[in-house]
Amino acid sequence: MKTFKIGGVHPAENKLSASSPIREAALPKQAVFSMFQHIGAPAKPVVKKGDEVKVGTLLAEAGGFVSAPIHSSVSGKVSKVDVALDASGTRRMAVYVDVEGDEWEESIDRSPALVKLSDRPELDSKAIVEKIKNAGIVGMGGATFPCHVKLSPPPGSKAECVIINAVECEPYLTADHRLMLEHPEEILVGLQLIMKAVGVSKGYIGIENNKPDAIALMTEKAKNYAGIEVVPLKVKYPQGGEKQLIDAVISRQVPAPPAIPISVGAVVQNVGTAFAIYQAVMKNKPLIDRIITVTGKSVKQPSNLLARLGTPFQQLMDECGGLPEDTGKIIGGGPMMGKALLSLDVPMTKGSSGLLIMNDKETRRAEPQPCIRCAKCVSACPMGLEPYLLSKLSATADWEGAEKNDVVSCIECGSCQFTCPSHRPLLDMIRLGKTTVMGIIRSRAAK
Amino acid sequence: MANRLIVSLSPHVHGGDSVQKNMYGVCIALVPALLASLWFFGLGAAIVLATSVASCVFFEWAITKFLLKRPACTVCDGSAILTGLLLGFNLPSNLPIWLIIIGALVAIGIGKMTFGGLGQNPFNPALVGRVFLLISFPVQMTSWPVNGQLTAYTDAETAATPLFIMQKAISDGNASVLSQLPDAKEMLIGQTGGSLGEVSALLLLLGCAFMLWRKIITWHIPVSILGTVAVFSGIMHIVNPIYAMPHVVLMSGGLILGACFMATDYVTSPMTAKGQLIYGVCIGMLTVIIRNWGAYPEGMSFAILIMNAFTPLINTYCKPERFGEVVRKEEKK
Amino acid sequence: MVNVILIAVLVLGLIGLAAAVILFIVSHKFAVHEDPRIAQVGAVLPGANCGGCGYPGCSGFAAACVKAANEGSLEGKLCPVGGQPVMEQVASILGMTVEMGAPKVAVVRCNGTCENRPRLAQFDGAKSCRVQQMTGMGETGCGYGCLGCGDCVSKCQFDALHMNPETGLPEVDEEKCTACGACAKACPRGIIEIRLKGPKGRRVVVLCNNKDKGAIANKACKASCIGCGKCVKTCEKFEAITLENNLAYIDAEKCKMCRKCEEACPKGAIHGFNFPPRKPKTEEPTAPSPQNTQSPQNTPNTPSTPTKEVEPSKAE
Repeated sequence: MKTFKIGGVHPAENKLSASSPIREAALPKQAVFSMFQHIGAPAKPVVKKGDEVKVGTLLAEAGGFVSAPIHSSVSGKVSKVDVALDASGTRRMAVYVDVEGDEWEESIDRSPALVKLSDRPELDSKAIVEKIKNAGIVGMGGATFPCHVKLSPPPGSKAECVIINAVECEPYLTADHRLMLEHPEEILVGLQLIMKAVGVSKGYIGIENNKPDAIALMTEKAKNYAGIEVVPLKVKYPQGGEKQLIDAVISRQVPAPPAIPISVGAVVQNVGTAFAIYQAVMKNKPLIDRIITVTGKSVKQPSNLLARLGTPFQQLMDECGGLPEDTGKIIGGGPMMGKALLSLDVPMTKGSSGLLIMNDKETRRAEPQPCIRCAKCVSACPMGLEPYLLSKLSATADWEGAEKNDVVSCIECGSCQFTCPSHRPLLDMIRLGKTTVMGIIRSRAAK
Repeated sequence: MANRLIVSLSPHVHGGDSVQKNMYGVCIALVPALLASLWFFGLGAAIVLATSVASCVFFEWAITKFLLKRPACTVCDGSAILTGLLLGFNLPSNLPIWLIIIGALVAIGIGKMTFGGLGQNPFNPALVGRVFLLISFPVQMTSWPVNGQLTAYTDAETAATPLFIMQKAISDGNASVLSQLPDAKEMLIGQTGGSLGEVSALLLLLGCAFMLWRKIITWHIPVSILGTVAVFSGIMHIVNPIYAMPHVVLMSGGLILGACFMATDYVTSPMTAKGQLIYGVCIGMLTVIIRNWGAYPEGMSFAILIMNAFTPLINTYCKPERFGEVVRKEEKK
Repeated sequence: MVNVILIAVLVLGLIGLAAAVILFIVSHKFAVHEDPRIAQVGAVLPGANCGGCGYPGCSGFAAACVKAANEGSLEGKLCPVGGQPVMEQVASILGMTVEMGAPKVAVVRCNGTCENRPRLAQFDGAKSCRVQQMTGMGETGCGYGCLGCGDCVSKCQFDALHMNPETGLPEVDEEKCTACGACAKACPRGIIEIRLKGPKGRRVVVLCNNKDKGAIANKACKASCIGCGKCVKTCEKFEAITLENNLAYIDAEKCKMCRKCEEACPKGAIHGFNFPPRKPKTEEPTAPSPQNTQSPQNTPNTPSTPTKEVEPSKAE
């Protein structure tokens, strides 16, 4: 069974909501749309207080090439354009919409009928990318990198294949799993669209072996689509990392930055993104909703919800039985790479793949002990780095040394800290080193 | 706000491994060999091991509490118990108590705490203690009791060990001396003289297998040491039969104990697989060299200590292979 | 026997001679010529290598001073630790004159004590403000206030900063503070300002760094500046107070120490340091404990003692 070659760990899977079908979440009373739902320049609001909006109305346009527009997911009236606490834990610009009814833009095709690529022969690569760009689609796995940028390879590089990331290696999360079980054809058409957009004839869907039902279904359905292959992968974290997935599926390693996946001919998109691309291109539906896993050991009903963007987490939590008594930590995303939130009063964004509730005992870190140099972090690091050393260099502010030891290659997967027997905050310190060193590199480049 | 939320950076879960689990894991791996030593050396082994463990734990506690004045108790992490066990394993079973206490003081005090405690020591503390005793009290440290004297302690009868016989063969230049060696089966089970923990090769390997299974250690260090010793001493035996046969060399003295339990000490061994292989090969070479041409019959402790000193250097030059360093060719379908 | 001694003496002598020759050649060949004044300047510098001057350590600063002197001016070169006396010495070595500013001191512009600013969450991770900053808001609802992990304290070379466990905030020991600025650089939220010390150490400071709108700032912390602008109005005459991004700032050069703004501030975010105590009737209710009556507020002639814990004179 294929997997990536260096490092990796195997956290307890805890896929509590794997058997719970996707259900639609209720509309919120007020939706809040952060202007920072993607990596890159923030979106620029094009509405003002009092404007009437429908589902699918443009709220904010892209703030640059590496940026994405934001559409309203609800109908109603813009109540204000102001700062809001978002999932990043900081207060940033957002558009507030008071919900009235549920009126959609007429251009959106809401019928469930499957539109195949052969039904729309007029679509060419440019038209697909343009539609994706206008629909505001970003990487839905959590990285939120604007999708059209990845589909516009820089001059000189040539894509050879498209890999769909259906690994979902984060424990607890099941949104992608459920999506594959319930919308396999749409995903495959989405993949065809991506393949057409970048002009390749080979597409892979990488799925971890802990989802045998999804592998079976997708393999079955993929038979009708030329050039698409489902690749079962051994369960190992962080297989969902872009570089690890490319290594696992086509055995090519992306070199250290500034190289990007396209340098080895691969375009990677999340399975949720493929679904969103299908909806955007075939159904004219901008990115206004997504599937989010609401889960946790003490959550009454761990569920996969189809929720509108901008819905406050509080409401999603209430639909799954309310916030448990013993909540110790609220995490936006999965337990390995998610972000701890200060409150549930935070709106859902394009990158919200999960809402995870953990109790104090489960998540509280043990008191760090001295490093016993057991080298378990070195063997766990999927990037072949030396976490113990990077953490020490960061703690002593030796930025030069950290740069020399490739701190910027760190993908912040957390495998080192997960495996450390001394419970040392390795990734905390490495992150500090990475941000500082990247700042130093940027200021050097600016000179 | 009695029940405040926690905020922290990711990851939010931990694998559940701990220092204690690793340390006690090694201790458990030592149990079969410990039982064997009690079986062969009886009372003497019990006294030596009990004294060694108790005094190591005591010194660790006393030094952290009274000299370093650290608030946290580090005795519970199991590292002092492990040091005590390993030190005891490396001593003859007729060693007087006062010598063991001195050894424990040197092991914990000089070998470990002077450098700042757990994780900071450049040399394996148990070996520092043993080598200190070996150099300072060579007579007591090299008179090995014959096994089977279950109630004897310091009054036990002593006899030559296989290592001594092997050295005598070399110094005499006479291969027939080697015929005095016990046969392979006896050495495997442990019916020979030697330090109390090193006699049973089989049970030590069993412990090693346990550690490999529990993923406490990786195969690199033990395999590279044992392999190097086997190959190197095999060549020497073929070239000149006054040098002992490789399987005897492998099972004699503290070689297996050292390769599986002492050289694999986390703190003092290299971090990367490549570095560990280099480290293991060098230890193997040094051991054979010291055994055959050195002044002491046993070279394992010295070889490990010498390579401990090189560990930082190995760590500096043996970096793990970075992801993407070698862009592999596409596999053919 | 004599032969042996002779050979030994000869061999050792020859080795010694050869070594001496090699040393001589090498020392001349690889000699580094350095301006002797760099060493002289370095000798008068404090030698703390704090980096407060903006150069890597004292020797780096000495080299920079000599270079600047060769170019004709020592302007902009200041050892914040040694202050004027040291800079005068440096100038005399280099045959220059130097003009000095008024003495400065570090000021922690946050009064978000445990009492004023409720902790909503608990930070669990490496004890570093910069790490905590990466979580976003940190433990409280204020995204601008002190994080309380003491990065500034560990960066202080002069033992002038200490964490007060009761308030959870760092306190500056004005006597020891050299205004080197290491703490200001260490703070990821830019709370610490190197500010004019003021006559007799007296100064009026807005002890808040919160740039959020009033309602949010108010909710996050009892002692926050809400940007209401009342202080700006009371200071119309001197124009010392400006309001930017919902945060008032007092220009120390323009401030006339009238302390009217302090009275005007509805949140008690403006504090006067090292002023003599006000009329006893306002003093008593706010300072009931014996500790506070002994606090430096009541000993006006010791401006150098830390007075960070000045209580807001108006009850909340």
